[in-house]
Amino acid sequence: MRIAIVDERASRASIIEDGLSSLPDCELFVLTERDGLIARIAEIAPDIVFMDLGNPSRDVLEEYFIVSRALDHPIAMFVDESDDDSIAASIDAGVSTYVVDGLAAKRIQPLLRMTMQRFEAFARLESELAEAQGKLAERDTIDKAKRILMKTKGVTEPAAYAELRQKAMSSNRRIADIADAVVTAHELMGDT
Amino acid sequence: MTQRLTIGFLPLVDACLPILAHEHGFAEEEGLELSFVRDVSWATVLDRLLYGHSDAAHLLAPLAIATTLGRGRPAQRLAAPFVLGLNGNAITVSNALAQALGTEGELGDPQELGARLKEVAAQRLDQGRPLRFGVVHRYSSHNYMLRYWLAGCGIRPDEDVEIVTIAPPFSADALKAGEIDGSCVGEPWNSIAVETGAGQIVLATAQIWRRGVEKVLALRAERLDEIRPAIEGLIRAMRRTGEHFVDPANWDTNAAILARPEYCDAPHQIVRRAISDKLVLTPGAGEREYPDFMFQYHEAANFPWVSQAEWLYSQLVRWDGLAFDSDEAHAAARVFRPDVYRSALAATNDPMPTASSKVEGSVSEALHASTHHGTILLENNTFFDGRSFDPDALEDYIAAQK
Repeated sequence: MRIAIVDERASRASIIEDGLSSLPDCELFVLTERDGLIARIAEIAPDIVFMDLGNPSRDVLEEYFIVSRALDHPIAMFVDESDDDSIAASIDAGVSTYVVDGLAAKRIQPLLRMTMQRFEAFARLESELAEAQGKLAERDTIDKAKRILMKTKGVTEPAAYAELRQKAMSSNRRIADIADAVVTAHELMGDT
Repeated sequence: MTQRLTIGFLPLVDACLPILAHEHGFAEEEGLELSFVRDVSWATVLDRLLYGHSDAAHLLAPLAIATTLGRGRPAQRLAAPFVLGLNGNAITVSNALAQALGTEGELGDPQELGARLKEVAAQRLDQGRPLRFGVVHRYSSHNYMLRYWLAGCGIRPDEDVEIVTIAPPFSADALKAGEIDGSCVGEPWNSIAVETGAGQIVLATAQIWRRGVEKVLALRAERLDEIRPAIEGLIRAMRRTGEHFVDPANWDTNAAILARPEYCDAPHQIVRRAISDKLVLTPGAGEREYPDFMFQYHEAANFPWVSQAEWLYSQLVRWDGLAFDSDEAHAAARVFRPDVYRSALAATNDPMPTASSKVEGSVSEALHASTHHGTILLENNTFFDGRSFDPDALEDYIAAQK
């Protein structure tokens, strides 16, 4: 079965590719470029296309499918037009699926499940990464604020940290927010 | 009790009414808490609507009809109780084509411009590289307006030129790269093409049909039944928003809101051009006023005339190469829901047309139409070719189309 994965985010595309490659009888094509997308799809003549919901080329691709219906390779939306649960689950996972008419649902289900799992896993990874990056950035800001206090008030590092914590507790805010305010104020004073 | 509604939209200036209803608190006055889902393709806006990620959406009116009729996808019944606006789109062409057409920085007369375009199109066809136009979607008023104009000027849209689908954010780049020679898109994308030097605006769709129906607020028909009181509240809120929107005193404030990254993500000045009907047609030129470029409020602009849905059906049949089918025509007409609009505003002083259908394109001079609260002034609503559309003669109108 020829499967095209259309995703402008190469990292996500490769995670999906990795998942699908573990399934038998799959020939995979990954398309991450917007330019020439339709020509590539026409060349590949896929049985299934997976495309992320946030892809701006979806309308262009659907237009191609409508036109291609007149050809001998009609492509339908999704697994089975009557299988609404699969479609809904796929949309929830953030992926749209296009399948050549007449392909048996039981051949498609495992592929769809795998793709959805990988999409969801990617979304989870991403939010964890964003959180981790946020924490790193916060630590950076706190370090910067400590250095500013040490320099301007001539205190030790533990004392600088204690001051930040004290202010945070008394004003019911997070240390990172206080640190951010210190850094911003310091930048405004023009002495960075 | 506050009811939450999620509304899907594409970053276009004509998503303004629900957004501003939220931002100015008109929705809250109706006990509604609106949240928005911004997408980058109509396919995704539609998917979210059909699978319950959104309650209602800013949608191309022809797409609401095509979805109901199952064109391109399994049929799902949609309802459009409110027209979000009329027109607001333009045809922008590459600098080379503008030069060949001799537009000289003016909006052309549609007949004259079409006649010149016909010559250029014939030359290009002879050279084996036909003129190519981009539209935002097969089922869009952009596609239908462009085709109506071309066909009316003797240019066959599927033989003499090529029309392709292109996502609005890429139309300026495609013009610049020579992938397309022209496009019919909504704002801010025409102005962005001008700003980036990719092209020039040569025609407003309002010149093709002075009162052409554009986006609608669309819902699944079953969902409308479930949350009808909330949707009626939203309709009232959007009418008050429309009154605020067309007041020049509010243009700056509204442009600043719509320009924000979570909405249109476009420069404030560019958004302001569309909402003030003042466009910059060529790079570096001054603003030119084109009255009623976008039409959001007056003349009961938001009333979902059944005849508008029927005209869109006539174009769907025309360009999808289908035969007239009375059941399908009826289903298409039923997408527009004046009954909901009426009941939403029944207790207000908002002027309400007594009829639900009208002969489109029949008013060439201002006319007073009767409403349940006095009269409303209907201005020129003509098609550029002087034809009109009588919904009672839908089948004949379709038969007469080439």
